[in-house]
Amino acid sequence: MIENLDLGMVNWARAQFALTAMYHWLFVPLTLGLSWLLAFYHTIYVRTGSEEWKRLTKFWMKLFGINFAIGVATGIILEFEFGTNWSNYSWMVGDIFGAPLAIEGIFAFFLEATFFAVMFFGWNRVSKGFHLFSTWMVAVGSSLSAVWILVANAWMQYPVGQAFNPDTARFEMQNFAEVAFSPYAVNKFTHATSSSMLIGAFFVISISSWYLLRGRHVLLAKRSIVVAAALGLLASVFTIFNGDESAYEIAQVQPMKLAAFEGLYVGQKNAGLVALGMINPEKKVYDTQEPFIGFNLHIPGLLSLMANRSFGSFVPGMKDLVYGNAEHNILGSVQKMERGKKAVASLDAYKQAKKAGDTSAADVHLAALNENVEFLGYGYLKKPEEAVPPVALSFNAFHVMVFLGSLFPLIFLGYLYFSWKGTLVEKKWLLGLGTITYLLGLIATQAGWIVAEVGRQPWTIQGLLPVSIARTNLTTGTVQATFFMFLALFTLLLVAEICIMVKQINIGPEEN
Amino acid sequence: MIEQLEYTTLQHLWWLLCAVVGSLFLFLTFVQGGQSLLWQVAKTRTEKDLIINSLGRKWEITFTTLVLFGGALFASFPKFYSTSFGGAYWVWILILFTFVIQAVSYEFRNKPWNIFGSLVYEGFLFINGAVGILLIGAAVGTFYTGSNFQLSAGNFVTWTHPLRGLEAALSPSVSSIFNLAMGLFLMFNARTLGAMYLVNSLEMGEIPEMETRLRKACWQNLVFSLPFCLLIVGSLLFMRGYGIVDAQGTIAIVSFKYLRNLLANPWLLGLLVAGLGLLFLGVWKTAKTKETSGIWFGGLGTVLIGLTVLLLPAYNNTAFYPSKVDLQSSLTIYNASSSPYTLKIMTYVALGIPFVLAYIAYVWWSMNRTTIKIEDTGDGAAY
Repeated sequence: MIENLDLGMVNWARAQFALTAMYHWLFVPLTLGLSWLLAFYHTIYVRTGSEEWKRLTKFWMKLFGINFAIGVATGIILEFEFGTNWSNYSWMVGDIFGAPLAIEGIFAFFLEATFFAVMFFGWNRVSKGFHLFSTWMVAVGSSLSAVWILVANAWMQYPVGQAFNPDTARFEMQNFAEVAFSPYAVNKFTHATSSSMLIGAFFVISISSWYLLRGRHVLLAKRSIVVAAALGLLASVFTIFNGDESAYEIAQVQPMKLAAFEGLYVGQKNAGLVALGMINPEKKVYDTQEPFIGFNLHIPGLLSLMANRSFGSFVPGMKDLVYGNAEHNILGSVQKMERGKKAVASLDAYKQAKKAGDTSAADVHLAALNENVEFLGYGYLKKPEEAVPPVALSFNAFHVMVFLGSLFPLIFLGYLYFSWKGTLVEKKWLLGLGTITYLLGLIATQAGWIVAEVGRQPWTIQGLLPVSIARTNLTTGTVQATFFMFLALFTLLLVAEICIMVKQINIGPEEN
Repeated sequence: MIEQLEYTTLQHLWWLLCAVVGSLFLFLTFVQGGQSLLWQVAKTRTEKDLIINSLGRKWEITFTTLVLFGGALFASFPKFYSTSFGGAYWVWILILFTFVIQAVSYEFRNKPWNIFGSLVYEGFLFINGAVGILLIGAAVGTFYTGSNFQLSAGNFVTWTHPLRGLEAALSPSVSSIFNLAMGLFLMFNARTLGAMYLVNSLEMGEIPEMETRLRKACWQNLVFSLPFCLLIVGSLLFMRGYGIVDAQGTIAIVSFKYLRNLLANPWLLGLLVAGLGLLFLGVWKTAKTKETSGIWFGGLGTVLIGLTVLLLPAYNNTAFYPSKVDLQSSLTIYNASSSPYTLKIMTYVALGIPFVLAYIAYVWWSMNRTTIKIEDTGDGAAY
């Protein structure tokens, strides 16, 4: 069956999942970030009793609701696409991956779904205190939803707490705490959550800046901006901090991803971080082309510092990771493939011996399998260079994310400073920039996910399960049909949402 | 205590928990039922708004329960998740499609600059309410009639029918009649529940004619569902099934398998009878009296019927997802489940479910204490 693999179908399945995930991630960070701002706005209303704060809260709540529905709609597809398009994956790791998804459903989605209705419709139906509590529960539920799916995703990047069971030919959970609290998962959650908060803050700032430029809803806009910019500043600083932690974690467990998003082909001591440069998209790991086109600028030692917390340390490049580097004791894909193929052969021999009832032979093959089992996934690669992810896309996405992410705290700081000075309305340049910050935030967060997921290729589970093995046995035509079906549906719904959102913003809070 | 549980006990427990979630979902399909009744019982814009605003406060709970059902199956019976979703591709994709278009319809339908118009979103709600539930029912029907798949030595699924699951409802066969009957029963039952829920949640003093239409629709849909219900029950008493016949887990066709299962587990028969009785009581209260509490009887009845439908094909050494083309590829709760470790961890997690149910019940009570009135549809947050 694996021999009859249709790579075209695998790529279409990849495209379908990427399409769904990218659409989903257009809406989810806003839901996640805005839910916390709603909780703050609602709290201020309850504490002050001011009708203006109530009006403000209801206005942002209305926009939240429009966005929330489409986020939920794209989310359900994602969950079930693990089964429809990646059924081998679902079987091989469902034991581990399914658990966080079920926990997410029980503890997070219900919290969100139950209190969502109270938040929206509870103004005259429940007490003020319970209503406020519900708004907070929606925010908590949104973040809890993120926890468990990110735990699951982090496990795909760094598969801890599991063991391969040769009898069932699947990976099984051995330690739930290791899965749930892996440092990769913690970093992923904090990075995704804090970046979502800044997206929520930018959404408020973009719309409020537009109001201020037009001289409409001035008080509402100013008040909204102060809270949003304060949250955004904290979130953006924290995002940089935990982004750095994430990079360190990646360097330890996914060095190939780090090398790809830095365009580092040959390992170096005192490796520099690329500050400026255009990656050569034609370069392959085995050729002698220059990695960069024209001028490029590296900040010496910074990549080594980021990867190993030491300026002079060695950071392996893609060549080291493919062909090995004995000096630095690095096994390359070449060596890993050899051992992986031994593992695959031992597994087959073990199964046959078990089937034949030859327990002593089975024990021998099992011992041989255990020696190489950590490289099992490499046994399914066709050539060592397959272990390199798409370099140009990873590089460009990473640098777009880092550039924008570094800019964001300055924007929030600017808004807070001029709000404090009372001159924000006069700073047309800042307000002009402010109107597009939401778009910039979305570009940065989408780029972040491209780094995370494209950089993981060719693996579904890092080092253990290549994407080509994880797929469902479908025809290319079938997946193409559903790809275009969802592309059309999501695009139509996005257009519908944008129209409704624009009209609601144009109407403003009064009519609400 | 959980640590001491046997693997087989955990497998039975987790199928039961999945069945409970699935049965609660069937109760909550009153949302879908109400959606499919929209054009039948609401004759004016105000009446439509009232119905949409009642169902719109609950759609997310139904949606989330479906997601949880999927997540629980993924965690506890991953081989079923991979085989069914990867194999019966088109059925699941179409079901998902109907739920995607539902999710946005409540929020978008009534908003200014809604470029597709209200009618399109009402159409989406109808498709979700009718087609979505029909397909789910047909998929549940295959628990009894089997599907066209083979599993390789590595448990990778190959579907042997080009319709990839849609043949469960579309192929000219006795199996399809059963599957369709299951789908139509669930669809009409959802409509019955929808009518009961709307009678319970709406203040219709100013529009008594809609109340009359709803109570009538409740009765009508019960009547429509009865032939399918009888066909299913009758078939279950006589049809052959897929049983585990030895200690190695060999699957074979067993005559009167589901009748045998009922006799081996008489409590399942009790659940079915009690469920049908409660459902009829709920309908009678709604359609033949002025009471509004029918939904609670009908809802509990549906949960009990759902439990029977989902437990009967899995317990008593039965293959709950049989393969028609390769009997030994059939899935049982023993060969499709997660490892003992995962099931134990998930059982600890499940201890939190009563707490979740408690706050849902409290919020439900808080929000439904007062019925929804026409003036509520003019609220800024209204759908």
